[in-house]
Amino acid sequence: MANLAAVVGIGQTKYTTKRGDVSIAGLVREAAANALEDAGLGWDDIEAVIIGKAPDMFEGVIMPEIYLTDALGCNGKPMLRVHTAGSVGGSTALVAASHVQSGTFKRVLTVAFEKQSESNAMWALSTPQPFSVHLNAGAGGYFAPIIREYMRRSEAPYDVGIKVAVKDRLHGARNPLAHLQKPDITLQEVEESFMLWDPLRFLEACPSSDGACAMVIASEDLAEQSPKPPAWIRGVAMRSEPTMYAGREEVSPQAGRDCAADVYQQAGITDPRRDLDCAEVYVPFSWYEPMWLENLGFAAEGEGWKLTMEGATSLDEGGDIPWNPSGGVLCSNPIGASGMIRFAEAARQVRGDAGAHQVEGAKLALGHAYGGGAQFFSMWVVGSEKS
Amino acid sequence: MQQIAIVGYQQSDCVSWAGATNEVELIMPVLRRVFDQVGLANAQDVDFVCSGSCDYLQGAAFAFVAGVDALGAVPPIKESHVEMDAAWALYESMLKIRMGHAKSALIYGFGKSSPGELPIVLSQQLDPYYLAPQWVDTISLAAMQARLMLDQGLITERDMAEVVARSRGNALNNPHAQLSGDIAVDELLAQETYVSPLRKSDCPPVSDGASAVIICTVEQAIEWGVPYAIISGIDHRIESHNLAMRDLTDSVSTRQAAQGAGMADGSVDVAELYAPFSHQEIILTRALGLGENTQVNPSGGVLAGNLMMASGLSRIGELFNRITSGEARRGIAHATSGPCLQHNLVTVVESA
Repeated sequence: MANLAAVVGIGQTKYTTKRGDVSIAGLVREAAANALEDAGLGWDDIEAVIIGKAPDMFEGVIMPEIYLTDALGCNGKPMLRVHTAGSVGGSTALVAASHVQSGTFKRVLTVAFEKQSESNAMWALSTPQPFSVHLNAGAGGYFAPIIREYMRRSEAPYDVGIKVAVKDRLHGARNPLAHLQKPDITLQEVEESFMLWDPLRFLEACPSSDGACAMVIASEDLAEQSPKPPAWIRGVAMRSEPTMYAGREEVSPQAGRDCAADVYQQAGITDPRRDLDCAEVYVPFSWYEPMWLENLGFAAEGEGWKLTMEGATSLDEGGDIPWNPSGGVLCSNPIGASGMIRFAEAARQVRGDAGAHQVEGAKLALGHAYGGGAQFFSMWVVGSEKS
Repeated sequence: MQQIAIVGYQQSDCVSWAGATNEVELIMPVLRRVFDQVGLANAQDVDFVCSGSCDYLQGAAFAFVAGVDALGAVPPIKESHVEMDAAWALYESMLKIRMGHAKSALIYGFGKSSPGELPIVLSQQLDPYYLAPQWVDTISLAAMQARLMLDQGLITERDMAEVVARSRGNALNNPHAQLSGDIAVDELLAQETYVSPLRKSDCPPVSDGASAVIICTVEQAIEWGVPYAIISGIDHRIESHNLAMRDLTDSVSTRQAAQGAGMADGSVDVAELYAPFSHQEIILTRALGLGENTQVNPSGGVLAGNLMMASGLSRIGELFNRITSGEARRGIAHATSGPCLQHNLVTVVESA
């Protein structure tokens, strides 16, 4: 059995289009220092550092842990770099947790980041490869046809995505760290924003952000001594499947369903909508909320959009299962960090430390990330209690 | 703590140019061989898969995603990836087994370095604001390190050539080596310098290929009924990126990793060291305090063939081969990353 571990410190930067005042090293150090302060710890209290980010080609720094060790106080310690596409922020948190859950370490620091202002993600994702179809479309162009297939199958009304876009921006307006601050956003404004990749409008897509997120993960005995409430890690799971294969279910990938079943089983969850108090789920494009509601078992197949339209996932409408109370990826998207922000925000909720976007009395929360062609999944369930 | 065994290791030939063979095609034969070695059908028969690769070798974001195509990941598998040498993927896999979420793991690393100019490509792993814009290549940095050692009288060029001659000689017994042969030290010393004081023979060849290892709990190894060796310790440490802050003639982080891995708790019959440059083998041997009782790089090491992102994993695999064949009872494998041995991993492997 895995040893019990908990999140005892969380640090983030303010997400924004461009952090011209800091280098990449400055950015990650800021998040890490915030996490240490939150945990009431210093650099010497950390035994190992686990870092994650999306492809090196984004910023053009190969294996950036080599350059970032000094900024993260890691000299003389172990440092590991995780890279699992868009799910990397989540996977990095899981690999960090495994350092403690395996009994190998007592307390580790994990950091994920992206400095999109110093990178060109669209270019990096579109370099032509020999023997491969050149897909010069970026992520939105890749996912739009899959969304259209979801709309066709579920017969969802055209404005579900618009509703998600407004809901998450209203959530984000409660979160001072969120990049997009749109407290006055309206359905009409989203509907009238220009079409990027049909059916995705400009305001139905995530922004490009600079930012970093960090967590301190500690063993049971150390977590119990922590000054602030720990978020106990109750389940961890990862799954991968190939980008393409005959018969692949792209709307609701098997890897996502298997990953959710695994993490729920560990956390003793049988009905996620009932058992969980909230979820931070990787929704970079509006329609992925209803799609993931189904993939993650919060709604039956073809029914996810109804939860969204009923306001079940909205804090402002008093929904029973708020999704992305922080504003989610639709408000802040430092790509490599976006998954870790989901995991960290889930932990903030169960620590009762989420400020104006706190879900009242949250005791059990899901953190979720996905990447590649919706083929890599990482998830954790965190709770205010150990079991 | 859970005892973990190595049960399989396979490596492709190190070739200077794999031609039109793509990464998946480099990986697949190696995986087939390692599955066959253990008696497994495919990646569905292990509990976890972890790989190491570098997007910049392929020139594409998410180069490792294609690697998943080599696995037969249908139905979906538990899988992860490090943008590091696959020796670190093995480290991550060990944590997964120790926490009880897997009993077995497949680890693989791959690199097709030939399409690019590897030393120049790797210059982009340096500090992006102060060093990378100068495009300081890895060979020049290593040459500077060798020059420091020569100037301080710590080594001679003959010492370096002796490392190369032994590597080439040992590689005669390694069917996957790229460079091997009986070559006299004086013959090496007669060659021109390439990036002074390094001769081409002091530098690793550029190689394409892949390697794979399967590890598992001892109980699983016994159930599978295959020969195995025990990983009795593993640790890795990084040091400052600022070269001026480091003593480049020593490798402090290697020593720390060896201590953490428990190297000193027994004899070291064999050491497989990831020393890309001849003088670095001397730095590592001295940092680890290895003496005459230790055979260094019986495989020829990476001077005989250097599979970027897989060479560190291969060192562990080569050690496994020595131990399961009965040639050695206990030894260490070393992996490195970054300029001038910045980040180092040490694994201790013992006979079962």
